Amino acid sequence: MDFNYSNEQLALQDTLRRFIDRDYGFERRRELAGSTLGFSAEAWAQYAGLGLLSLPFPEEFGGLDGNAVDVMLVMEFVGRGLLLEPFLSTVVMCGGLIRDGASDELKRTMLPRIGAGEIKAALACYEGSGRYELSRVACAAVRSGGGWRLSGRKTVVLDAASADYFLVSARTGGTVADPRGISVFLVGRETAGVTMFAYPTQSGGRAADLQLENVAVDADALIGAPQEGLAMVERAVDRGIAALCAEAVGIITALNEATLNHLKTRKQFGVPIGNFQALQHRMADMFIAAEQARSMAVIAAVHADSDDAGARRRAISGAKAYIGQAARLVGQQAVQMHGAMGVVDDFIVSHYFKRLTMIDMSLGDVDFHLARFSDTLA
Amino acid sequence: MDLKYSPDEEAFRARVRAFFDAELPADIRDRMGLGKRMRKEDMVRWQQILHRHGWGAVMWPTRFGGTGWNVIQQHIFEEERADIGAPPQNAFSLKMLAPVLMTFANSAQQEYFLPRILAGEDWWCQGYSEPGSGSDLASLRTSAVRRGDHYLVNGQKTWNTFGQHADWIFCLVRTGTEGRPQQGISFLLIDMKSPGITLKPITMLDGEHEINEIWFDDVQVPVENLVGDENKGWTYAKFLLTHERTNNAGIGACKRALKKLKEIAAEQMAYGRPLIEDARFRDRIAQVELELMALEITNLRVLTATANESRALGPEVSVLKIKGSEIQQTLAELQMQALGPDALPFVREALEMDWVAEPSFAEHYRPYAPALSGQYFNLRKTTIYAGSTEIQKNIISQLILGL
Repeated sequence: MDFNYSNEQLALQDTLRRFIDRDYGFERRRELAGSTLGFSAEAWAQYAGLGLLSLPFPEEFGGLDGNAVDVMLVMEFVGRGLLLEPFLSTVVMCGGLIRDGASDELKRTMLPRIGAGEIKAALACYEGSGRYELSRVACAAVRSGGGWRLSGRKTVVLDAASADYFLVSARTGGTVADPRGISVFLVGRETAGVTMFAYPTQSGGRAADLQLENVAVDADALIGAPQEGLAMVERAVDRGIAALCAEAVGIITALNEATLNHLKTRKQFGVPIGNFQALQHRMADMFIAAEQARSMAVIAAVHADSDDAGARRRAISGAKAYIGQAARLVGQQAVQMHGAMGVVDDFIVSHYFKRLTMIDMSLGDVDFHLARFSDTLA
Repeated sequence: MDLKYSPDEEAFRARVRAFFDAELPADIRDRMGLGKRMRKEDMVRWQQILHRHGWGAVMWPTRFGGTGWNVIQQHIFEEERADIGAPPQNAFSLKMLAPVLMTFANSAQQEYFLPRILAGEDWWCQGYSEPGSGSDLASLRTSAVRRGDHYLVNGQKTWNTFGQHADWIFCLVRTGTEGRPQQGISFLLIDMKSPGITLKPITMLDGEHEINEIWFDDVQVPVENLVGDENKGWTYAKFLLTHERTNNAGIGACKRALKKLKEIAAEQMAYGRPLIEDARFRDRIAQVELELMALEITNLRVLTATANESRALGPEVSVLKIKGSEIQQTLAELQMQALGPDALPFVREALEMDWVAEPSFAEHYRPYAPALSGQYFNLRKTTIYAGSTEIQKNIISQLILGL
């Protein structure tokens, strides 16, 4: 039983804290969110230099052999700084899927280049009618010549616009919600037949819907075993969820600090508003929610690397459902207690709130994950 | 970062479990499991069994006869105790008074009282609250006036738990009226057999006799029964309350209650199938299970931080107390609600071990059922006692958040 970070992990925390203070202030972040790219290419290069982009990859593929706890630590700062770079998509989810499921050859091609910041990738795993169901795949892949042809539509693909590659879940067998018959393909961004409807997200990030029309890929674009791709996608998404949980905890912590500071400095009726018990007790509720959410993020991280899919899913879904509710409490109350300052674009509070809200809406919301947890009640 | 218990800790857990398996008397275990009325003699018997094994006080240091276990070992012991359904020990004696005696009492007091607590010879109760002093404890008025070699105590205490079983009561009394209310309070140990003490039962909402009013009418208390210094009692009282709250996370008890809730929900039928298959009810179980999952880790984070930094538990125990008490209440509520209309019967005799249901109804009413509504009502106390939830939030906002 050990809840401490190692010295290396503490050093990484310091580095990230300094980076956010120096290079990723609120105004800078707002500029980046409004830019064409939607994030900082320089920051991405810096992350590569710090080793963040190769953190969870095996050493033999140029990685640092980090685990989900290391990712948790980074994601907490992604939350605190509201960092916009596609770390979650490229490193955690796509990098994770390649590491867990791809051939050694593909790992050798992809992982070192991801780690060096040369390529980015996006996970195209959701479709319009499926909400958060990863098995509801209509996008079809049929054999064609020596390779495959993909046709279909993938929606809200996070960080798609900047991605060089997409990892696409497509049906190679079975019917539309069949867990079997799903395969995962690596599709280059410039492949003929790929069109994209790109848009900013509510929380300043980028996403896109993808239209695939007779997109031809080679045989080696298939990742892992054909028909058995769902487990790989689920595992990658589970890693993503654990990471989002940590990101949310980073935001909750920062939001509580901001709100507490506001309660101590904002004066009304001649006294700091933190003198009022109605607000004190709500702040106490937010503090408790933050502590509990942090515990859940730890549970998620520790299970994210587990090969036991059942136990992993239960822990991860439990954490996402719990943290979604804690985030709603903290986010809404932080806005409320900031008064008008909470509902304008000029202060970081509303940006934290929006990101927390969109984290809940990403990779399965409270209801979705509560149902998954509840349905497997032991 | 690692959530696994070490091999040593797992071995320790196995040792504790083996002891409970071998030594917990079956009748006590059944009484606990079925929610029957607990008797003093059962708790004393269990304390004596633990004591014979050297485990009479798992939270005490060895120099006072405790096990000297660290906080994780204590946590494991408590989890296993709850899981197997052994009764809790007398918290007033072991967890509340004893740390005060070890820290502030003189050696004569320590040498007399502590071994008697360990051996189960003395049953202690608490004299804190008064009719006009609840959450505002420092406003208490029971007075102790020095008369030569004794104090003369007059006043009234209330919400006293299990005073009807007690040999002794530790009391906060007013010995001074100068300065702030906190400044004139002293900590007195009073023999319950002293002339002038009158005890009157208060019936709780579940119909049970658990708490009392106690009157002190010119009760003579020898001055050697003062703990520490006169007028410093508030310091000792706060110290005690921190220890009291420590145990209120109640992770072990909550885990057992959750397990029991799932068993009940699997047995009770609704819409022609087990209640647990009803998503609406199951989701409510899921929600409280999530709270408990989080609290288990929050509790361990607090305990390990305390151990690593070699310090006493601080105001963060308020978080544990608030969440632990709420979870306990929710679990009890869901257990009752799982019964549906069968929650209504109020059969007081059913809380005795020898009660037998009418043969024609015995099949319908599960043996655990008669206790569940009363337990729900009874546990409303948990967010009120030991510093109400509102007081805990005051503590968090003042001592942790600096508001």
